[in-house]
Amino acid sequence: MDGRGARAMALSASGFTLRNVNMETIINIEGLTKTYAGGVVALKRVDLAVRKGEILALLGPNGAGKTTLINIVCGLVTPSSGAITVAGSDIARDYRAARSLIGLVPQELHTDAFEAVIASVRFSRGLFGKPRNDAFLEQLLKDLSLWDKRNAKIMELSGGMKRRVMIAKALSHEPDILFLDEPTAGVDVELRRDMWAMVRAMRARGVTIVLTTHYIEEAEEMADRVGVISNGEILVVDETAALMKKLGRRTLILTLTEPHEQAPAELAEWNLSLRGDGHELVYEFDANAESSGVPSLLRRMSDIGMGFKDLNTSQSSLEDIFVGLVNEAKAE
Amino acid sequence: MIKNIHGIAAIYRFEMARFRRTFWTSLIMPVITTSLYFIVFGSAIGSRMTEIGGVPYGAFIVPGLIMLSMLTESISNASFGIYMPKWAGTIYEILSAPISPLETVIAYVGAAATKSVIIGVIILLTANLFVDVTIAHPFLMALFLVTIAVTFCLFGFAIGIWAKSFEQLQAIPMLVVFPLTFLGGAFYALEMLPPFWRSVTLFNPLVYLISGFRWTFFGEGDVSIGVSIGATLLFLTICLTTIFWMFRTGYRLKT
Repeated sequence: MDGRGARAMALSASGFTLRNVNMETIINIEGLTKTYAGGVVALKRVDLAVRKGEILALLGPNGAGKTTLINIVCGLVTPSSGAITVAGSDIARDYRAARSLIGLVPQELHTDAFEAVIASVRFSRGLFGKPRNDAFLEQLLKDLSLWDKRNAKIMELSGGMKRRVMIAKALSHEPDILFLDEPTAGVDVELRRDMWAMVRAMRARGVTIVLTTHYIEEAEEMADRVGVISNGEILVVDETAALMKKLGRRTLILTLTEPHEQAPAELAEWNLSLRGDGHELVYEFDANAESSGVPSLLRRMSDIGMGFKDLNTSQSSLEDIFVGLVNEAKAE
Repeated sequence: MIKNIHGIAAIYRFEMARFRRTFWTSLIMPVITTSLYFIVFGSAIGSRMTEIGGVPYGAFIVPGLIMLSMLTESISNASFGIYMPKWAGTIYEILSAPISPLETVIAYVGAAATKSVIIGVIILLTANLFVDVTIAHPFLMALFLVTIAVTFCLFGFAIGIWAKSFEQLQAIPMLVVFPLTFLGGAFYALEMLPPFWRSVTLFNPLVYLISGFRWTFFGEGDVSIGVSIGATLLFLTICLTTIFWMFRTGYRLKT
């Protein structure tokens, strides 16, 4: 909560222009559908607008279509239908303009085992049409703590180092948009922290970042906006804080003076539940509703002589929201 | 049409670096093979062979020998070049780059063809140590050498895209091209065959390439030089068309 609050303040402090810039769409996806040859429908008429300069986190369970979405925008997978533009350029018709702006770090560690780190990064820069710039690459490798390993063959590096190399390759051509597919899956704490710092630094430089993740705290911590994908559909896209607010439910927990076997019938309208061997009375309510129902509940409890010794409220996390949304989508 | 020069250069350099890592084996292999062929076919057997069309047998096999190595080398180098990224997954970078299919093909096939031409020249120089090689049409010979290297590198590139396993990758050069080259008149003139087999052999496309290449050395071949050039260009066109179809449809490259 504190982190978000601080960031919200930082955002408003940095002023009017940043907000305006943020509203400009850099990637526009309309009616994107992908049906694989085997008949699997990976994406169903997906619409998504990625704003310039934002960090957008795509959350979703395995097989939700996150990677397919990224791979289509990057040119690895051919869409079945739909239109995508990157900074106004159609990804099929004007693929050079579109792809020059994009750096991709795929989920799997695909590296040229026999190549030296520096050669591999230089290759990536050239491949994306940029002239050689060793000073830039030196700084990039230093930022990613790879400079000492620049002459090492990639196969000699640890998994975490290989991932850094993949990031260096993606950033080697100075892209405006960075796609990170599951950047922190199977990554140790130190690298994850470095990765977050790097993502923040990129964002500060104006790079738009789209990342997919399983880690909800990551999305909550990092992202300006969160999109939830399940089963090939985007269930919701909203600003992280707004999403929490809109969908957030609060929970009131009352520690009772005496345990109860079930909630008294007089309190039925609050839909209460008991836990902790009947010591805790739990009331879930909508944080945004006009009346939370808390004061009336407490009044009624006092009327029927039900005492409590402690009271605690908590806000549901993005994880609760996410699980709720996905389950809701499955139930339909 | 060609815009991403840096991209072409990057792939070309990457491929040449791959060749450099195996430089000595790739260099010594053709030298040893050629020497063995000359010792066995040139000296041991060749000394008992009569001249073919006025050309001593040892010299007669030189063009066929160059072809034999170049065709298999071209196919395996070019197919390996594109199959490896597919197999290792690094193809993602090529597919996501602002580089056109044409530029990609120029880079990969250009690098593989460079290596093939180098090998062809090495074999020619090695052969020169054993027999006197005179080249009747040096310019046409060089042109043929390069065209055939490019054609078979294109062929290999298509195989590399098509192949789903290392086994498939090696099957075509070993099971198809090597026998067809051997039976395509690399070591004999077609007129030495009985009429029936001569007719059968004419269905072997490599006959036309080997014959054409030999023509540039000695001024005569099994078939006329025009037919040879036509066949080479036809094969080149087929390979180019196949590859562009593969890229356009994303065949075995994209899902």
